[in-house]
Amino acid sequence: MSASLPTSSRRDAMLADAAGLAERHAALLGPAWRSELTGWIVAAALFALFCFGLWQLGFTFTMLTHGGSQMLVILQVMLPPNPETWARVVFYLGQLAETLGIAFLGTLIAAIIAFPLGFLAARNVVSNLFIHVIARRVFDTVRAIDVLIWALLWINVVGLGPFAGVLAIACSDIGSFAKLFSEAIEASDRKAVEGVLSSGGTWTQAVRYGVLPQVLPVITSQVLYYFESNTRSATIIGIVGAGGIGLSLSEMIRTVEWQQVSFIVVLMLITVSAIDYVSTLLRRSIIGPSSI
Amino acid sequence: MLEAGMLEATYASAVSARRMRSIQGAAVLIIAIGLACWAAEVRPLTLISKIGNFTSYIDRMFQLESGARVWTDPAEWFWGLWKWLGLLRDTLLMAYVGTLAGAFIGFLFCFAASSNLMKSKWVCQGFKRLLEFNRTVPELVFALLFVYAFGLGPVPGVIAIAIHTIGAMGKLFAEVVENIDMKPVEGIAASGGTWVQQIRFAVLPQVQTNFISYTLLRFEVNVRAAAVIGFVGAGGIGDELLTSIRRFYYSDVSAIIVMLILTVMVIDYCTEKLRHRLLGGEVHA
Repeated sequence: MSASLPTSSRRDAMLADAAGLAERHAALLGPAWRSELTGWIVAAALFALFCFGLWQLGFTFTMLTHGGSQMLVILQVMLPPNPETWARVVFYLGQLAETLGIAFLGTLIAAIIAFPLGFLAARNVVSNLFIHVIARRVFDTVRAIDVLIWALLWINVVGLGPFAGVLAIACSDIGSFAKLFSEAIEASDRKAVEGVLSSGGTWTQAVRYGVLPQVLPVITSQVLYYFESNTRSATIIGIVGAGGIGLSLSEMIRTVEWQQVSFIVVLMLITVSAIDYVSTLLRRSIIGPSSI
Repeated sequence: MLEAGMLEATYASAVSARRMRSIQGAAVLIIAIGLACWAAEVRPLTLISKIGNFTSYIDRMFQLESGARVWTDPAEWFWGLWKWLGLLRDTLLMAYVGTLAGAFIGFLFCFAASSNLMKSKWVCQGFKRLLEFNRTVPELVFALLFVYAFGLGPVPGVIAIAIHTIGAMGKLFAEVVENIDMKPVEGIAASGGTWVQQIRFAVLPQVQTNFISYTLLRFEVNVRAAAVIGFVGAGGIGDELLTSIRRFYYSDVSAIIVMLILTVMVIDYCTEKLRHRLLGGEVHA
């Protein structure tokens, strides 16, 4: 009925019933002050906490201007990046190789250890709820400890050097991997497993032929992704003495060799971008472009 | 007969081709492992001979100086509770201030880095590269530099976190903005709205939940970062933890790590709840 009315007469009808409309749709037509007020209060609280933080952490205007001008001076001295001698370049490249080695081995060891743990924590493989919950909590705990803390702990055990870095990266990633793997396993299709079981396969065969082919691409892609992020971690664990290019970086900052510092930073950026590029290509070829 | 034979031959060749590829892949992997072991100076013998150190280290971490287990005397274990809680509060504030400042600047930058809003290709690419630089240089490297410029304390740590957050948030924000529906923007542009008005009334309503959700996620990440940024002297509880580890105050190490783990878990839990409420349980960002 109303749809057939010409627009102008519908408008007249609505205007005539303005009071009724306002009454029926009070929530929509009334002032939005309630939600706006909540928004402003939240914003004010966030801002107040921000100001308290600035005050508590000791931000002062003179400090910022002084530090800022100091930083500008450092930036000027840094440019252009200059390693000075070829021997230095070769040395840094060696440390970069060490960094990549640390990231690669750490990721691989974590993946190998986390693989069986992932099955243990997957609800559709081990149906015991108690084991499931405990395993998840343990993984969360391991994940909450930062790689740098692991590095410091392992340095106490195996001494300074890249090996401590490998173990640190492995430890910090076991938790994340086990959690991700178990999620991938839980998301897998049960039909393949049922097929293997119904044709007389054992439990191990069901996992090998029913679950593995489904989860292996996902897992490989996640491992590659973590290799990328571990390359970044491996560049900094040297700062606490666990091998890699970070060691040179912190030494050069301590000895105020700014051109060396910027050279190392540039090397780090190139390496990280190159690894990102290669790993994105690999992941794309493994699981297809859509799911990245 | 002949067909069956051909089929079998094709099958055999397909299988052997696959096997060949697997063998090649395995060979590449083994070579890579070998190279990495050589580069990273892996010494399995050292690990085996010193693994006892690790277990005894863990063991001593849960031992008081008197030799009793830590949980028998929690008051002695957490003797520095108030000092550590103060440091933890500073750590959380560092993460908070860094996240908020970084997210705000990232928010301002993201519109200039989105190809659908920024018509000038050069400006857009310039901002994208700037954001990439900010997030590729690790926080700890920024912190080392800033500690030199600003002096020891939380200030360089906060600035380092903020700069890294600008890069990470700006990129995510720009990706969200590049995926919006452009019709409202065109509507406002057609009725004479300025660039800022287009963003305020057409872009913001579409992206704000995602922006807040990403910022909360980043806060989680930054809490972890703020906890360790003290290792280079940039404030927070990391400095105290480093001292305890270097001076072999075993029970202090475990007490601080336990407090850190609890804090991280509580923060993760709270932000997850908040995000779910914000997203209304419909999308899992």
